[in-house]
Amino acid sequence: MTPKNESKITSPKIRAPQIKLLEQLCNACAVSGDEGEVRALVLEQVRPHADEVKVDALGNVLVTRKGTARGRKRLRVLLDAHMDEVGFMLTHDEGKGIFRFDTVGGLDIRQLVGKPVWVGRDHVPGVIGAKPIHLTTAKERERSIPLDTLRIDIGPGGDPKIKVGDWATFATSFTRLGPSMRGKALDDRLGVVLLIELLKHAPPNIDLLAAFTVQEEVGLRGARVAAYAFEPDIGIALDCTPALDLPIWEDDDHAPSENTSYNTRLGAGPAIYTADRATMSDPRLIRHLVETAEELDIPYQFRQPGGGGTDAGAIQLAHTGVPSISVSVPGRYLHTAASITRLSDWQHTITLIYAALSRMTPKILAQDR
Amino acid sequence: MSDILPFLKSIISAPGLSGHEAPVRALIEESWGPLSDELTTSRLGSLHALKRGSAPEPRPGILLAAHMDAIGLIVSAIVGDFLRLTSIGGLDDRVLPGQLVTVHGDEDLPGIIVQPPVHTLPQEARSGPVDLDYLMVDTGLPARQLSQRVKVGDLVSFAQEPLELKGETLAGHSLDNRASVAAITNCLQELQGRTHLWDVWAVATTQEETTMGGAHTSAFQLRPDLAVAIDVTFGKSPGSPEHKTFPLDGGPTLGWGPNIHPGVHKVFKALADRLEIPYKVEVIPRHSGTDAFALQVAAEGVPSMVISIPLRYMHTPVEMVALKDITRTGFLLAAFIAQLEVDFIDTLTLDGTNDSQE
Repeated sequence: MTPKNESKITSPKIRAPQIKLLEQLCNACAVSGDEGEVRALVLEQVRPHADEVKVDALGNVLVTRKGTARGRKRLRVLLDAHMDEVGFMLTHDEGKGIFRFDTVGGLDIRQLVGKPVWVGRDHVPGVIGAKPIHLTTAKERERSIPLDTLRIDIGPGGDPKIKVGDWATFATSFTRLGPSMRGKALDDRLGVVLLIELLKHAPPNIDLLAAFTVQEEVGLRGARVAAYAFEPDIGIALDCTPALDLPIWEDDDHAPSENTSYNTRLGAGPAIYTADRATMSDPRLIRHLVETAEELDIPYQFRQPGGGGTDAGAIQLAHTGVPSISVSVPGRYLHTAASITRLSDWQHTITLIYAALSRMTPKILAQDR
Repeated sequence: MSDILPFLKSIISAPGLSGHEAPVRALIEESWGPLSDELTTSRLGSLHALKRGSAPEPRPGILLAAHMDAIGLIVSAIVGDFLRLTSIGGLDDRVLPGQLVTVHGDEDLPGIIVQPPVHTLPQEARSGPVDLDYLMVDTGLPARQLSQRVKVGDLVSFAQEPLELKGETLAGHSLDNRASVAAITNCLQELQGRTHLWDVWAVATTQEETTMGGAHTSAFQLRPDLAVAIDVTFGKSPGSPEHKTFPLDGGPTLGWGPNIHPGVHKVFKALADRLEIPYKVEVIPRHSGTDAFALQVAAEGVPSMVISIPLRYMHTPVEMVALKDITRTGFLLAAFIAQLEVDFIDTLTLDGTNDSQE
C-alpha cells in the first residue's frame, strides 16, 4: 500500500545523531585532491552496512549494498555525493610562517580577506590578513584586493611541518542557527550524510551503489571513474546548490522588483534539476521524483535551469550512457567561509530520495527517453 | 612573567562595541578588582581602578589608559530574512563579506555578513568590492522570526574566535585594543610586588574608536599629573609599507610627536635601554590616533605618552599580536611607575630630544 503522506514513510530520518555526523564532516578538511580526512570518516560509517567497499585509484569510496527483494530484477542505482570541498593550496614559502597560495575550485577572491584558515592535515590555524584600513587610500579601497597580494599567515614562529603543496581551507566550525545550519563545506557534506544514511537504511528493491567521490569541485573527475566502475542503470547526484533568494536592491532608481533568478529558495524543499551546464536530466527520472513528491506531499522545488553542474554530468556519460538526475539541498553562500542551509530542506531531501528509490522498478526505464 | 593569554582570550571573546562596553568591562573589573584598591565606573562607562601609592597625601597620580571598546556594526534596517548594516568605527568594507558575527538581538544570534548575488545588486555595485550599503547579515532565521527578535539599532559584533598561532601569537578581533588592556593588567600584576610612591589610575576607556569620549572625560575627572595611552600600532605584515610598520615580537613602540611630552618620552626610552627591554621609536607627526589625543588636552593639560603594541591586520577580525610584546609593555609601565619620585613632574622639561639612532 502506498502511504498517503510523508509521516507514514518509513524513511531514514535526520535527527540529532545525523546532525552530529554532519558537524564532524563539515569540520573535517577535504579540499579537492586531499579528501583523506573525510574518506576515513565515511569508511568508518559505511563498512558495517556494505556488501562491498572499495577505495579506487583516485580516492573515491565505492560501496555496494545489494537489495534483498527476490524474484524481480533489481535496478542498479548509483547514488553520488562528493566528499571534496573548495579551498586553497600553498604555493610559495616566504618564511616566518607566511605563504603565498592559490585557490582550488570556484572561489570569489573577495570572500577570502580577513578569514581564518586551517592548514595541512593537522588543521594548523592561520589567517588571511589585510592591510589596515588606516594604511589604504580611498582609491585603493575602490578596487578588490587581488589574490596575489593575499597571504596565509600561520604566525611568525612558523611550523616545519607546513610546506608548499599543503592544502588549506576556511576554519569555520559548524553551528546550528535556529531552523538553519551554518558551516563550511555544507556543499556537499549534506549529500555525504544523506548517502551514508541511505546506505544504512537501503530500500530492498534496488542494488544501491554509493559513490563518495573526489575532485567534483575541479571538474567532476571522481564521478567519471566511479560511474565507469559501477556501470549503473540509473545515476542520481545528491548535492548542494546555491539559493540566490536574496532581496533585489531597492532605491529611488531601482524600483522594487522580484528576484526571478534565485536558482533555488531556502526552505522550499529539495531542488530537482531539469537542466544545468553539464546534464540534461532524464525526463523519466524528473517525472518519477515529482510524482513521488506530489503523492506523498513532500515539499520540492525545481532548480532553475541554467549554469552550474554536478557529478550527474559525468555519470550520464559513462559507458553507453546512464539516465541521470541531480537532487540538491539549497544552500546560501556556498563556496565561502560559511554557508547557511535549512534543516527542513535536508530532511525533506532524504525523505524524497528514499521514497523515490523505494518505488523504483525497471518499468521506469521501459519507455524510451 | 605572568600568563596573560587566558585573560586576553576571554576579553576578546566578549562584546563591547564603542558606546556599549558593559560586557567587556565586567570581565576587566573581575581582573582588576583584586589588583587595585578601588574600582569605579565613569559616567561614560570607563572603568577606573585606583592602586594607591605610598607617598603621603596629596600624592601625584599617573593615568594608564587603554580603550576597551571595539569596532563593529549596527543594524540599520530589516529586509525579509536579512539585516542591513552600518559601521561603528573604521571598517574596510572589503574585509566584511563572509565574516561570522553575533547579532545582539533579544538574545545573541549567530549570523554571517553576506555579499548578495550579483543579480540582486544595482548595476554600479556589481563589480569590484561591494559597499557596506549592500551587504547584509543572515541569521538563518526566516523573516517572521527575525523581525520579532531583532530591531533597528541592535548591535552586531564580530564572532571570530581567538586563534593561537605559531610563535606565541594570538589572532582574533578586538585585539585592538584589548591587547593593551591586558598590558595594563600585566602592569598591575607587576606592581603587586613593588612599592610605588604615585597613585596609579588604570583606566579602560570607552568610545575611542568613535568619539574619544572616554579618555576625554576620565582624564578630566581624575586630573592625573601624567598620562600614558597604551594602544596598538601597525605590525609588519604582507602588503603593509615597511617604513610605517613595526615587527611583531620586537617590543612596544615609544611614541614621539606633538601628542607626546618629550621629557616623558626620554625617561621611558632611557628606562627601556637600562632594563634591556626591546622597543622601537614610533614617530607620530600629527594626531596619534590614540586616547593620548584627548588625554593631553584634558582640563589644563596633561603631560602624555603613547606606548603601542605592534599588531598585524588592524581593524580586521584576524588581528594578530605577539604575547611577549604585551608583557614587555606591562613590565615597562610597572618599572616606570616604580621609579617615579614624588617631584618627577617638577623635574620634567620640554626640551627632551628624540636621540634614538635606529
